[in-house]
Amino acid sequence: MSVKISNKGEVLYCSISGEIDHHSAGSIRKAIDDAANSAMPNLLVLDFAGVTFMDSSGIGLVMGRYRNISKQGGKVHISNPSPYIHKLMHISGIERIATMDPVREEESYR
Amino acid sequence: MQVKNKFSLSFPALSANEGFARGAVAAFAAGLDPTLEEINDIKTSVSEAVTNCIVHAYKSGVGQVYIYCEIIEDDVVKIRIKDKGCGIPDIKQAMEPLYSTIGGERAGLGFAVMQSFSDKIRVSSKVGKGTTVTIYKKIMPRYRING
Repeated sequence: MSVKISNKGEVLYCSISGEIDHHSAGSIRKAIDDAANSAMPNLLVLDFAGVTFMDSSGIGLVMGRYRNISKQGGKVHISNPSPYIHKLMHISGIERIATMDPVREEESYR
Repeated sequence: MQVKNKFSLSFPALSANEGFARGAVAAFAAGLDPTLEEINDIKTSVSEAVTNCIVHAYKSGVGQVYIYCEIIEDDVVKIRIKDKGCGIPDIKQAMEPLYSTIGGERAGLGFAVMQSFSDKIRVSSKVGKGTTVTIYKKIMPRYRING
């Protein structure tokens, strides 16, 4: 698991790689929150292109970041969800609090 | 009910074992030639159930988590995930989406995700004795999927 973070203007871009579960979510959360607390972005982009597995801990991760960043007027965007991650995000109704890219077209389950 | 194959394992309820648990069940089910989607569905359901054991069942210590996995008739994978923890007083309430007793970063979606990603789940629990979640997932034969 790793998080690559870059700051472009008022956008904080966090590219997550590896598996997101209850075990790994804590360190991902800390890396993003540390960067967000100093950058104070208007938009937090969470890029899931490199995520190979996710359970509802990933939904909790997005919900928690939304709670933090919305206090300072910021928004959250979910980028590059695989079909599987898109399905999981959709089940949770995450689109009510964050915008999300369409499902990645280059990938298909079968 | 005919059992075609089975395995069981137990491990301490440590978060470091979440990946191992879902990986072990996925590797076992791989013998049925599942699609990537079916494997992801199994991994996600197992991950949710095992996380529940770690986060909810054993709040004040590290107990054991038990997994009993069988391949039964019609290529159904039956996965029982059991703990001997605190138990659930109200299963119906616990299964409501967004209900969580601990809040924080837990979304309260564990059971909702298990229900969405499997064909059937069954939950039995006794306060002070523990909880067993049984997940059923049918692996579709490839010839049907591919026409």
